[in-house]
Amino acid sequence: MKRYTRDQMAARVARDIPEGAYVNLGIGLPTMVANHLPREREIFLHSENGLLGMGPAPAAGSEDPDLINAGKQPVTLLTGGAYFHHADSFAMMRGGHLDFCVLGAFQVSASGDLANWHTGAANAIPAVGGAMDLAIGAKRVFVMMDHQTKGGESKIVAHCTYPLTGVKCVNRIYTDLAVIDVTPEGLVVVETVDGLAFDELARITGVPLRRSDMHRDSVLSST
Amino acid sequence: MIDKTVASTRAAVADIADGATVMIGGFGTAGMPSELIDALIEHGARDLTIVNNNAGNGEIGLAALLKAKRVRKIICSFPRQTDSYVFDALYHAGEIELELVPQGNLAERIRAAGAGIGAFFTPTAYGTPLAEGKETRVINGRGYVLEYPIKADFALIKAEKGDRWGNLVYRKTARNFGPIMASAAKCAIAQVRKVVALGELDPEVIVTPGIFVQRVVEIDVPDELSTPQAAA
Repeated sequence: MKRYTRDQMAARVARDIPEGAYVNLGIGLPTMVANHLPREREIFLHSENGLLGMGPAPAAGSEDPDLINAGKQPVTLLTGGAYFHHADSFAMMRGGHLDFCVLGAFQVSASGDLANWHTGAANAIPAVGGAMDLAIGAKRVFVMMDHQTKGGESKIVAHCTYPLTGVKCVNRIYTDLAVIDVTPEGLVVVETVDGLAFDELARITGVPLRRSDMHRDSVLSST
Repeated sequence: MIDKTVASTRAAVADIADGATVMIGGFGTAGMPSELIDALIEHGARDLTIVNNNAGNGEIGLAALLKAKRVRKIICSFPRQTDSYVFDALYHAGEIELELVPQGNLAERIRAAGAGIGAFFTPTAYGTPLAEGKETRVINGRGYVLEYPIKADFALIKAEKGDRWGNLVYRKTARNFGPIMASAAKCAIAQVRKVVALGELDPEVIVTPGIFVQRVVEIDVPDELSTPQAAA
């Protein structure tokens, strides 16, 4: 079966982020979205450790340990960017000022519950960071993840079995197989990867899916 | 004449007692007041409760304090990192207590302490394991969790410049928890790269007004590792 590559997934998410948006990209896969935002589009990237207007990684040799992102990697600040303290940074989320966040996930439920911070394993050290604040804070929460686990189980589930990050907080799911909206009427498939029929996606996913009026196959090959 | 500057990091931390709650600024190593932490280790206070976003990196700063077994409990949002092996070992051995707090709740609980708030309802963590056992309320159809302030006896923070009244400015994302921790502690101790004369800090851009700061220590040896471009 054809699957979107990570770059294609990131490019697909980037397409949905309009000019002027205030956006937080989570650690890991979501970070790649930044590489696909068109240069001509002015978008404000927020990093929860205290900056708006985050730029790309610095050239080798000009890293500054006082200028890092939430993943503690060196970054740059765009002209016009700003620094602020942690309480202000999280007020930007919790206060509903952030337009989008993009997060990775272990599981998303049919009602939009998110599990992405803890496997619940007995010997695992729990660490949550800003995941719970982002999940409930941004106006729209996008999740980016593989559609299935390595063992072939759907990561879109009726009810999350991993500990929750947030309740009914996810708006849209981007996987390597499809783009799916979480709506009050259930999960609605917006797009599927080239050659993957809706019925096959529904079989793989294992929770009820609806076809969107807007549904199209192979959207990436047409762009 | 009011002069909050202190001659040495050792003198700055000399009255931190066993059992104290100490906030330590920084996000990872950005903004971590390593020299003050080193002085605290040398000072020898133990049975401490530490408030920080993380739980130490490598074996420097906060990790060194943990390694010296001076910490009874840590309140943080993200202890597990690629280089948090000191904490990881203590945790698995049951030698340190962990209170895990979502990062925004951690920041707001600290802010609330500094602002005199008794408690607050936050939507973060509602319906998750981190809200278990906590009071909740539905307000206008949305679920909230009651969270209480985190106060401290001391805050150790790092700023770029300070003056003898305790006014501070920071550098880039090293600001992180500094301003709110300064306000939440009975005694806030700031290590700065440079102490400047009164009036040299533009009053329009002072980030932490001196009312929140009790002690200022200049780290006279430039810390090449932590701010290589500070002089640029």
